[in-house]
Parts: sequence; C-alpha cells; structure tokens
Amino acid sequence: MKTSNRMKLQFDSRSANESFARMAVSAFIAPLDPTVDELSDIKTAVSEAVTNCIVHGYRDEINTVTITADIYPDNRVVIRVRDKGCGIPDIKAAMEPLFTTCTTGERAGLGFAVMQSLMDKVKVSSKEGKGTTVTMERKITSRGEANG
Amino acid sequence: MPVRLQILDDQITAYLSGEIDHHTAAPMREEIDETAQRVQPKLLILDFSGVTFMDSSGIGLVMGRYRLMQELGGELQIARIPRPLRRVMQVAGLSKLTNLDDGGDSHENQ
Repeated sequence: MKTSNRMKLQFDSRSANESFARMAVSAFIAPLDPTVDELSDIKTAVSEAVTNCIVHGYRDEINTVTITADIYPDNRVVIRVRDKGCGIPDIKAAMEPLFTTCTTGERAGLGFAVMQSLMDKVKVSSKEGKGTTVTMERKITSRGEANG
Repeated sequence: MPVRLQILDDQITAYLSGEIDHHTAAPMREEIDETAQRVQPKLLILDFSGVTFMDSSGIGLVMGRYRLMQELGGELQIARIPRPLRRVMQVAGLSKLTNLDDGGDSHENQ
C-alpha cells in the first residue's frame, strides 16, 4: 500500500533526545487524531526503542539513531527505529520479559515486552556488529470512531 | 525539580513529576537514594500523581527502590498512578504490588 505521509529523523544517541524522539513522532501522527491512550502507547513504545539504541546498541557512545514513520491510508502507522550499533546476538532471548544485560539493576528488562503489549506488531531484525532495526505498527482509531 | 521529598518521622514520600525515561530517571534515583540512605525510613512512598509520561525506566526506578527498601528493612509503596501510566505498570506486573484502581488521581485516597 502506498504511504500517505512519511518522515525520517536522525539524531545523536544522547539520552536527552529520548524525549525529543517521542515528541517528534507524536507530532507527526497528530493529524490522524489519535486518542490520548493511542498517543501515550506510541510515545512509550518509541521511547523504549530509542532507549535500546542508546543504552544497548551504542552502549552510551554517541552515534546516530534513525527513525522513519509511515502513515498509510487505512490509518496504520509504521515506525522504524534503527541504530548501527553492536546488534543483538540472540533476539529471542532479548525479547523475553525481564531479560537485561544491565548489571546496575536499574533497567527492568521490559523494553520489548512494553513495545509488544502497546503496539499491534513489533518486529526486530539485527546483525551483530551491524546494528538493529525495530519495526512497530499500530492502527489509529480516529477519535470520532472511538466515540461512535 | 523532578522529585520533591517529604520526610515525616520514619516515612519518606517522593513526589515525582514530569516525564520519567532513561534520561530523567537517573537524577530522581540519586536524590531519593541519598535521602533514604540517610533517613533509613520504614516506609518509602513513590507518588506518581505529577508524572505525565513514563516508559519502562519508571519500572526500573520502582524495582531499584524496592530492592533498596528491602536492604534498609523497610517497605515501598507506589501511589496515585495517573491513568496513562497504568498500562506500563500492568505490563510489568506491578499492579500486583499496588492497587492501581485505588491509585487514582485524588489526594483523598491517601
């Protein structure tokens, strides 16, 4: 299906940009008139994916995070969050709830679980030493439909 | 200030505000932990009523403070979770630790 709108965003993998990234995606999909819950779910999922790039993909070194978002005529939003970092050796293990490589005890290991529960579809592709792409999809029910 | 701390006898209430993500969680955590280590409270309450956004970093914040309070021999409570945050709390199973329905938005629940 042809997209009805598309955006691409690149920014430094600085933690201060986590907020910028989710705000930017949220502003881009605002014309679809998402419900408060839909907007909150998408912002949260984007925040998780971008944090993964910063903390895991680049291990706190500064590099580039790329987000593309496509809006389709049937109100589906497809968001891709990509890093060119270290990659994930075992995607299945990484997606298990509570799996974390963080040793400080401050990361819950719930990033993928949160993305999967808040979005309709989540796909992860990764190559060690090359990077990781998370593709997430969510259909927006416009507020009019939700109320009717 | 992302966190305001109120100390009452052996109880600390941490009023969190703004957005909780990986970037903002660190200073919140440091401030709470520093005070908790000093005061050694029996009860630490994390009050989320002023929080407008939270991802799983907020869950990490809760889990880390839960461990800290276990070390200090005290208890942790989470309170007044705004509606948009509840889904993330539910994914983490934290709804078992607190009654999210009562976590409501009114001060009267406390």
